[in-house]
Amino acid sequence: MKIEGILGKKLGMTRVFDGEGNAIPVTVLEVGPCAVVQVKTVEKDGYNAVQLGFKPKKLTKCTLPMIGHFLKAGLDTGFYLLREFKVEDPNQFKPGQVITLADLALEPGMKVDVTGTSKGRGFTGTIKRWNFQRQPMSHGAKKVHRKRGSSGANTFPGRVIKGKKMAGHYGAETVTIKNLTVVDVIPDKNLLLVKGGVPGWPNGYVMVYFK
Amino acid sequence: MHPIIREVEAKYLRTDIPKISPGDTVRVHFKFKEGEEKERVQVFEGVVIRRRGSGTSATITVRKVSFGVGVERTFPLHSPRIEKIEIVKRAKVRRARLYYLRERAGKSARLKERFDQKVME
Repeated sequence: MKIEGILGKKLGMTRVFDGEGNAIPVTVLEVGPCAVVQVKTVEKDGYNAVQLGFKPKKLTKCTLPMIGHFLKAGLDTGFYLLREFKVEDPNQFKPGQVITLADLALEPGMKVDVTGTSKGRGFTGTIKRWNFQRQPMSHGAKKVHRKRGSSGANTFPGRVIKGKKMAGHYGAETVTIKNLTVVDVIPDKNLLLVKGGVPGWPNGYVMVYFK
Repeated sequence: MHPIIREVEAKYLRTDIPKISPGDTVRVHFKFKEGEEKERVQVFEGVVIRRRGSGTSATITVRKVSFGVGVERTFPLHSPRIEKIEIVKRAKVRRARLYYLRERAGKSARLKERFDQKVME
């Protein structure tokens, strides 16, 4: 079964030991089971993809258009998260089919990319948001300890250049971490252990892309 | 922490490690690589001054005085590199972190030994 990726949830981090006794920091991801909600083909849609659903949702809680969408796939439940993944051969998939971690032939040592929504940090100053330096805490510095300094030149250009790094909203954006090593696969519990951190809080949704 | 993470950790936990608490004098047999293929076991004996973390992340810090210099080493409790941990004696302490031992030497650095039958088993 060749599919670009699958949906999952971040559970949190811990550490495990490899055979040599090295401690490896790992993120535990709950991956799948996902249901195929829609199959897209070149003939009909211009590209080959499947739409997967993750985390079941009662149909009574879905909007009417979504209920129709789920019923069309022959499902008796809705989903909180729907995402499309590219596939090479759409004939292998049919709506209503369930994809689990066991179907994916993942092994320890393989590399995956993980996409998630990073932790929201609200309105953030330039030091945290853009890694600016802070200004002196003493030696005559007054009220400017964490300010950004100059925002540009004087008469020419006479304005602040677009894209100047300033304070503002930071975080809660889509972030992809590439080339995370798979440390362990536990198919009967739908768990995937990857080395290192992934974006977002525990219980945040993630997309795992295979290489 | 998510309860499922505890289940994941269970596979990596060691069951042969005795119950260790601060104040215990322990001998940690620690394997390390010497050169390419050679493996040797080093024994580190001292007082446990701290125990931190839970699950696979649990560590103990062992303090000893070697040639008049205090030496502290932190061991991951569930590391496969630990061959075994022997408990030499246990002591009655009233704190979880025995940092006050760092400022003491000789007679004042002694701990009151504990002969608790339940714990010894």
